[in-house]
Amino acid sequence: MTAAPIPGTLAPAAPARAPKRVIRASQHTVEVVSDPGEGAQKCGQIFGRVSAMMGNGTWTVEIIPAEIQPPPRTPPSASGNRVRLGTGPVTNWGDEAQLVVAFNEQVLLHRHRLDALADGCIILIESRWAEHDDEQIRAAWAAAMTEMEGRGYRFIAVPMEEQCLTIVDTPRRGKNMFALGMLARIYGRERDIIRQIIAHEFRRKSKEIYESNVALLDLGWQWADEHLDLEIDVPVQPAAEPMVVMNGNQALALGAIAAGLELCSMYPITPATSASHHLGEIFEKFGGIIHQAEDEIAAIGVAVGASYAGKVAFTVTSGPGLALKTEFIGLAVMTETPLVIVDVQRGGPSTGLPTKVEQSDLLAVLYGEPGDAPKVVVAPATMEECFHVMTTARRLAEAFRTPVVVLSDANLATGVQPFARPRITPDWLAPALDLGAVPEGFRPYDWDPQTGLSRRSVPGQPGGMFTATGLSHDERSKVGYSPDVHERGCVMRSRKLAVLQQTLTPPAVRGDDNGDLLVVGWGSTLGAIEEAVDRVRSEGLAVSSLHLRFLSPLEPGLREIFRRFRRVMTVEINYSDDPRDPFITDENRRRGQLAWLLRAQTLVDVDCWTRVPGEPLRPGQIAGAIRDAVRKGA
Amino acid sequence: MTMVHAGCSLLGAAADEERSWSREDYEGPVARWCSGCGDHAVLSAVQRLLEAEQLPPEQTVFVSGIGCSSRFPHYLTTYGFHGLHGRALPVATGVKLRRPDLHVFAVMGDGDCCSIGAGHWIHTVRYNPGIVAIMLDNGVYGLTKNQTSPTSPKGQKSNTQPRGAWLDAMNPIATTLGVANVSFVAQTGDWVPDHITETLRAAFHHRGFAFVRILQRCPQYTDQLFADAVRDPAKVELLVHADGIRAPQVERLFPNHVTHDPADLTAAFRLAQPDGQVRLGLFYRNEAVPVYEEVRRALPRSAEEKVRLLNEELDIYAV
Repeated sequence: MTAAPIPGTLAPAAPARAPKRVIRASQHTVEVVSDPGEGAQKCGQIFGRVSAMMGNGTWTVEIIPAEIQPPPRTPPSASGNRVRLGTGPVTNWGDEAQLVVAFNEQVLLHRHRLDALADGCIILIESRWAEHDDEQIRAAWAAAMTEMEGRGYRFIAVPMEEQCLTIVDTPRRGKNMFALGMLARIYGRERDIIRQIIAHEFRRKSKEIYESNVALLDLGWQWADEHLDLEIDVPVQPAAEPMVVMNGNQALALGAIAAGLELCSMYPITPATSASHHLGEIFEKFGGIIHQAEDEIAAIGVAVGASYAGKVAFTVTSGPGLALKTEFIGLAVMTETPLVIVDVQRGGPSTGLPTKVEQSDLLAVLYGEPGDAPKVVVAPATMEECFHVMTTARRLAEAFRTPVVVLSDANLATGVQPFARPRITPDWLAPALDLGAVPEGFRPYDWDPQTGLSRRSVPGQPGGMFTATGLSHDERSKVGYSPDVHERGCVMRSRKLAVLQQTLTPPAVRGDDNGDLLVVGWGSTLGAIEEAVDRVRSEGLAVSSLHLRFLSPLEPGLREIFRRFRRVMTVEINYSDDPRDPFITDENRRRGQLAWLLRAQTLVDVDCWTRVPGEPLRPGQIAGAIRDAVRKGA
Repeated sequence: MTMVHAGCSLLGAAADEERSWSREDYEGPVARWCSGCGDHAVLSAVQRLLEAEQLPPEQTVFVSGIGCSSRFPHYLTTYGFHGLHGRALPVATGVKLRRPDLHVFAVMGDGDCCSIGAGHWIHTVRYNPGIVAIMLDNGVYGLTKNQTSPTSPKGQKSNTQPRGAWLDAMNPIATTLGVANVSFVAQTGDWVPDHITETLRAAFHHRGFAFVRILQRCPQYTDQLFADAVRDPAKVELLVHADGIRAPQVERLFPNHVTHDPADLTAAFRLAQPDGQVRLGLFYRNEAVPVYEEVRRALPRSAEEKVRLLNEELDIYAV
């Protein structure tokens, strides 16, 4: 191989078997990036999984291009995975990557431009492009290398394709296993475990395919062993209890089954659909049905009909779908039909950022319907919570006879994290439908005047017949337009939320229960916020954090908690005006969605720091914002 | 009304042996439609059907959309779901999919079915769930006071198109016949009560999605619709066949009979063309089309079985 014009190249070729230079770290962040179809995602997923199995904390995030096949060797085509490893739990995707395997310089450039790579990052890069026959490719390589100068990146040229061609004809389908082999050598991953994972991943493929993948894995391992003077040691710390590792959408799907939900009615939409894929694979053997409807409206319509006639059903969607479902959500509120609606949020408005994270559906979910439409809204903050939230949602929907919206997001949907294996018992599951006759004097909305709660009848129950209606109605579901009928209905439906709120406990504050700044978050930002708060606390700042799971009703005691801090600030992935921008005043500033809600509900002057980068927030960014806020408040 | 049975079985079958219902048992409060509205005739025909078939009220669900006709469930004593404009069919599909044991009817107007809910109409024909869909078609938006509907004849004046409807009317029969998996398409008229009853009976006994269009007149806005056919039975062509809708008293009323085998889709298309003829009867029936809730039937699992299977599933993710 000819020497590639790579600035700052690490001297490869350590003498074989010599002790290698070892980097010890309690956290390390790795990225694998390629063009789509070259398998960097699979490589990253398997690397994350083996790391979790060996006892590292992990958080895996997908790097997804917007199109299926963008032009290859271009920055927008970057596809792959980031895996953050740690000794002990890893709660978020971290800041910048410290080691990258890149299949070409253009996808690497994309990560560089997003500031995803740390200064001094170690970069293992396919070397063939530097000396390519095509002059344009050589020029592109040179330009990219120039652009990436000055960050102290340490490039290691790897003849991945040349190596893979010794085993397979089409390295495009083999490089990922070679890369995995290199990572396995560098991070000391057990190849036996990797082979088991490969066997499972390729269980529907031929033995030859399995064998060639394993040969490529071994080749990559061998190459790294012979050529790289590098080992990275992130000590493992196996968990005391059994763990599972999965992404948030897998957790939602399995959680839905564990909750006893039996009918999912959906329409394909990114990033929610993969939950239905997981469900589609296995739901039938659990007695479940997935109905793929003709549109988002029909999807929730079928779920409403199914819930009305039986056990609670659910639908899964994302922002644009949520908008279309609005009228049916209002109907479910009005008819008090229990229903679970999962919204895996993405960037908006409109088609927005289909594959990327945002937390910008909160106010739409709370207030999207015309008229007053109180409903329960909960937001899981981890993959583990994605699993358990479905049982909670199903039970609340049933007990409070209301739609329950579960707000997940693209970060949870595609992120992979280990968590304690759920110990499911039969009482998690929805009880069988009671089709017995209703008691004498049954009324379909027999509202308890104190709580607004009532018991529904379902078709098949003798004596329980009534016509559910979206029109204003009385206890007997008789249509009535008089002021007292309409007001009473509104009061009864709203009262249920107050009752639910009374059963909740005030949220826990992480850190001291008073101080200069309280950071408030919701949803997938939990880990990044807590890591940032821990960092600034270790610097001596009087900062604490609080993370909400219930957004409607809000958890109790917030005003009391807020008053013990000099300032309160939300951190969210949605849009807010920067107060320093032209024309922005305290009066016209549009604030983050949770901040908006908390200000209205608590009358506390809640500030916000929000960003819409289309990627999860980094703890370093949040720590910076916290330092600024504390300085401002001082 | 019959007594209520505690501990009724899932299908209510054992108890139903001893129960019987008169027409009054299905009657709800007095319908608040205009006098002379075709909806009254359809409601009566439906009540006759429920009585004739002795459907337990608690096993019967009427789902509707929004519009005059969608008040339908309120005037019955069965279970009812009066939902959203255009969205009766998804709700009805959800009911049937979850509870195949129930008798499910969907009642829609022409605006509901052919305009705002047209997508659901097309796709529900394709799903072919065991639902009787009744489209009460009076060619106008009545409840909102006289706007042009997709089935308003060209030239019909309304508040939204005061110089007359600009476009040719939609053809609901031909449209339905053109959808994959179509399995039952019939047309009847609000001025022929016996034919409505027999059409609904055939629809009820059909295995799959039965689409019934009822030609109606709105006494306020479209009272002259089908006027010729109403005045003169000779202006109606009655589709007759041994496998069609059998109504001897109706056959005596209408002199013009067209023998049409409801298994013949090509002939059905021809008869559905807008050639100025009013045709009543069964256009098409095919019971071989797979029924959605049967195709999608899932075997129920006990909680214990589910927990065991879930643990097997979690093993795949175990680390």
